[in-house]
Amino acid sequence: MATTTTATTTKLWGGGKSPFNVEYGKLMMWYFLMSDAFTFGAFLISYGTIRFSTNGWPDPNEVFKSFPFAPEGVNAPLVFVSIMTFILIISSVTMVLAVHAGHNMDKKGVVKNLIWTIIGGLAFLGCQAWEWTHLHHEGAWWGSNPFLNADGTASSTNFTNYFFTITGFHGFHVFSGVIINIVMLIMTLMDKFEQRGHYLMIEKAGLYWHFVDLVWVFVFTCFYLV
Amino acid sequence: MSHSVGHEETHGGGTSEIKKVTIILSVLTIIELALGFWMIGMENKGLILAIKGAIIILMLAKAFYIVGYFMHLKHEIKNLIMTIVVPLALFIWFIIAFLADGNSFRNLRNTYDPYFKEQSTIKVEKKEHGSHGAAAGAHADSTHKSEGAVENKH
Repeated sequence: MATTTTATTTKLWGGGKSPFNVEYGKLMMWYFLMSDAFTFGAFLISYGTIRFSTNGWPDPNEVFKSFPFAPEGVNAPLVFVSIMTFILIISSVTMVLAVHAGHNMDKKGVVKNLIWTIIGGLAFLGCQAWEWTHLHHEGAWWGSNPFLNADGTASSTNFTNYFFTITGFHGFHVFSGVIINIVMLIMTLMDKFEQRGHYLMIEKAGLYWHFVDLVWVFVFTCFYLV
Repeated sequence: MSHSVGHEETHGGGTSEIKKVTIILSVLTIIELALGFWMIGMENKGLILAIKGAIIILMLAKAFYIVGYFMHLKHEIKNLIMTIVVPLALFIWFIIAFLADGNSFRNLRNTYDPYFKEQSTIKVEKKEHGSHGAAAGAHADSTHKSEGAVENKH
């Protein structure tokens, strides 16, 4: 009876037990990631719409066929990007392991796996930097597209514009993810989480990092595979 | 442990689950790549479309495993899952609507815009990638030639 009277005085949730049973920051991270998913979704859907509205499109196997340190004119489509994909998947796995170690209050495990995650993120960024530089040398950039359509007709700059915008936006997410992970590593080394008694911050950083991996799954499929 | 805000009971799997999901993700990626390699140089349009569809299904499966297990969403309370997943269902409509719109725009242009249609049938001579400076002259020459070829065709 008492609870019904308090419920009628205010229509807002008055605190107490979280209805979602997760910590506030983690819930907000989820909602941020949802909004970020809409941003990336808008980019990718826009890319798809433009691609559907044009008759020709460059062949990704023709555009992304080079490999670092390989001789000029090497034909290795999909090879380099598969390495990038696996780097990101593995770094996601080490992040899960870091979160898992955090649950068990295992500081050593958190530090070790966070370092691996940071290395993976940096390796991915290095790969992307190489790819961008290489494409730029071939004459591809925003507003300039040296590649012909797959059927041999003249292409527009839509392809390069979308490629650099979307992979650039994703790369920036990876970059900020690496920064966040470095901050987490420093905080762990300073025993911040040991003092708090929990490693929930690692979980939030982990959510962000997995999201970056998730977006790459979509970017990779949309630009390199289909 | 008194500080941790009730995430004990939502523990799922542990290391064995992580291992399992890692293997699943790797296998799905390898299948995707194998399909991608298979598609290179393929002429059969219908088969290409089918493979692309398969790749997209594999992509969604990967997304499910990353969000469900790595991001732990599958082990959260159902209300939380709903507040994340239900808004994302808007994407189903976005994708159908916008891609159909793009497709319709292409059909309209092909029907009513002869210039657009013509541009997508003229083959350009393959130019060397990464040709700057010195090759620019040769470039202008080759584009000129291809223009001539088009004129001859007419």
